[in-house]
Amino acid sequence: MGPVLAGILQLLALVGALAIVYVPLGNYMAKVYSSDKHLRVEKWIYKGIGANPDTEMRWPAYLRGVLSFSVVGVLFLYLLQRLQGVLPGSLGFSAIEPAQAFNTATSFVANTNWQSYYGEQAMGHVVQTAGLAVQNFVSAAVGIAVAIALVRGFARSRTGELGNFWADLVRGTVRILVPIAFVAAIVLVACGAIQNFSGIHEVGQFMGGSQQWNGGAVASQEVIKELGTNGGGYFNANSAHPFENPTPFTNLVEIFLILVIPFSLTRTFGIMVGSVKQGYAILAAMGTIWLGFTALMMWTEFAHHEGALQIAGGALEGKEVRFGVGGSSIFAVATTLTSTGAVDSFHSSFTGFGGGITMLGMMLGEIAPGGVGSGLYGMLIIAIIAVFIAGLMVGRTPEYLGKKIGSREIKLAAVYILITPALVLVFSALSMALPTPPNSMLNPGAHGFSEVLYAFTSAANNNGSAFAGLNANTDWFNTMTGLAMLLGRFLPMVFVLALAGSLAEQKPVPVTAGTLRTEKPMFTGLLVGAILIIVGLTYFPALALGPLAEGLA
Amino acid sequence: MNNSITNTARLLGAGLRALLVLTVVTGVIYPLVVTGIAQGLFNNKANGSEIKSDGRVVGSSLIGQSYNLPLKKGQETPDPDLKWFQGRPANGLGSNSVNTQYKLLLSGATNLAADNKVLVQQVKDAQAAVVKDNSVPGYTVKVSQVPADAVTSSGSGLDPSISPQYAEIQVHRVAEKNGLPVGQVEKLVKDHTQGRMLGFMGEPRVNVLELNIALKELIKGN
Repeated sequence: MGPVLAGILQLLALVGALAIVYVPLGNYMAKVYSSDKHLRVEKWIYKGIGANPDTEMRWPAYLRGVLSFSVVGVLFLYLLQRLQGVLPGSLGFSAIEPAQAFNTATSFVANTNWQSYYGEQAMGHVVQTAGLAVQNFVSAAVGIAVAIALVRGFARSRTGELGNFWADLVRGTVRILVPIAFVAAIVLVACGAIQNFSGIHEVGQFMGGSQQWNGGAVASQEVIKELGTNGGGYFNANSAHPFENPTPFTNLVEIFLILVIPFSLTRTFGIMVGSVKQGYAILAAMGTIWLGFTALMMWTEFAHHEGALQIAGGALEGKEVRFGVGGSSIFAVATTLTSTGAVDSFHSSFTGFGGGITMLGMMLGEIAPGGVGSGLYGMLIIAIIAVFIAGLMVGRTPEYLGKKIGSREIKLAAVYILITPALVLVFSALSMALPTPPNSMLNPGAHGFSEVLYAFTSAANNNGSAFAGLNANTDWFNTMTGLAMLLGRFLPMVFVLALAGSLAEQKPVPVTAGTLRTEKPMFTGLLVGAILIIVGLTYFPALALGPLAEGLA
Repeated sequence: MNNSITNTARLLGAGLRALLVLTVVTGVIYPLVVTGIAQGLFNNKANGSEIKSDGRVVGSSLIGQSYNLPLKKGQETPDPDLKWFQGRPANGLGSNSVNTQYKLLLSGATNLAADNKVLVQQVKDAQAAVVKDNSVPGYTVKVSQVPADAVTSSGSGLDPSISPQYAEIQVHRVAEKNGLPVGQVEKLVKDHTQGRMLGFMGEPRVNVLELNIALKELIKGN
């Protein structure tokens, strides 16, 4: 068997595994967010929080919950890093400098996990396990909660109530993320990922002498980093490190974890709005883009018609032998089409077009299938835009899922769409225009520009992967990517929740012969078209200066 | 005004309590339970898959090492010890810049772009070196025989494996340097070649550390 066929079979195995869990997991998640019952452990947690989980919240209250929880998260994580020098269990590592600590705190709370630090050199057990990994769980649960609030906006009528934020947060963590992470962590350890709390210790070497390893709760953090589409590696090399991702099988498991919740949430959505077919239409749009991107990536990486890769006879720079070109390509697309940003190979050393595909994946707004929760709400916003465009074509008031898309709704959706590109382009332009920030670029020319563009695309879209050539640990990049991550995460949530509130207040519009059938393949096509056109028009000039210039050179 | 301040304070208090409670669940209980099970069921793996040779721990079977001669005076990079099978280049490994009190095992990639002149030069130099090192009397390696993994740095810089092709072109050299019959070394490589998992996952590969440990045994036995 050749590597290309093996790559395709791995992709098919992944599709099969995702298909098997789609219905049960999607149904389960719908039940989790619709049930009236509380588990005993949840009751304890609510008591600890001092919140009544049965109080319904309107959108401003729901948003206040999201923001207060996240503000506290940033402060807590910042303090934890600043105090690392005096915390026990920190392996003797010193406190993180203020700019970097701010960057890392915002990064993990914003579900981005952009890392300007070297994991194995900077963060001790306490910060990793009780700080960073905790945000991996809860920032993911916040993302799902906001998506569920939007779905309730479609599902409910003549009320402004969107559910209870604390209940959604706790249930997502306790009933969905922790159980899946627990099982997956054991699988990873069984394959060789490490899981211990040993300090730094000497290990002999074959040629004599010794090296020093730091232990860590790696497997338990690795799985939630993928499952919660977070992406922040325990080690600098992220999922390329053999202790995080030891075998070709764990590689597929990790890709599966990245994709499983975002894809299955379309089923949850379908059930909650009362038509699983509506979920399939969204799923089809996500799946089409994901498979298309993966095919393109495999093609360009296997072809490797470029410079050093051509001379070497294969695109293996920055890739591990055990994963090969196939496994690395599948991972790279999955991580950039979701908001994950974990890497099992280094995108900066991909072919020019390969690097462009990873960047384009993030620029789509990470909706195919996107981050946990954020993928679904991002896609639903695009669906509103698509319905609006279709409405303009036939001259009817657009409707989606029985709700009128009036001027208020379309304004909120349009602002949502504009936020991230504005952040990416303004911050990139500033970084290129000012005298010192360009010094951070590792590679010259078009690729250097791609590094900067990639950094802000990654930050504002809450991805967190890097064209790691860029030296991002400067005050400028720490502060600016930190701001881009915060604004890129929480500003869109404001508009999503406002939209949810406005939809929930409406009364449903009856379906007539003139209603656009949004569960049909034609709508899926319209959706994919809308995504590509919006992104193409927004980012084409910037892409032309970076990856396109490089790929055509 | 006063009212909104107390409201904000109450909200932030709820946020803080929620964070602390969830920290206990996901940041203390969850990792400790996973660690307990991992240490109980998969003790060796949970602690880094250490591997022994002659009763001494010589590393992890998952982590690549270098097999170099001691640094000579005036040298910046050591020469490879051609007695042993060589792994992949690791040009992206940084130096320990933060915690200089340790000799920590670091990881990292070069992140160099395909059209970067530095990378082009690295690949060309590595190709020339592989050809030169592995061509022994009666066996000449051609550039076209050198596989990509032999001349590129991995993502982690700690790749424990090489492709079977790269192991194969090292066989004659290793046999000659150790005074072993080529057939025996060839068999050793074959025995240590792992196929794709279940026939389709990943790529075929040879674990260099395990191979060198077996080679050491073979030398002792002869």
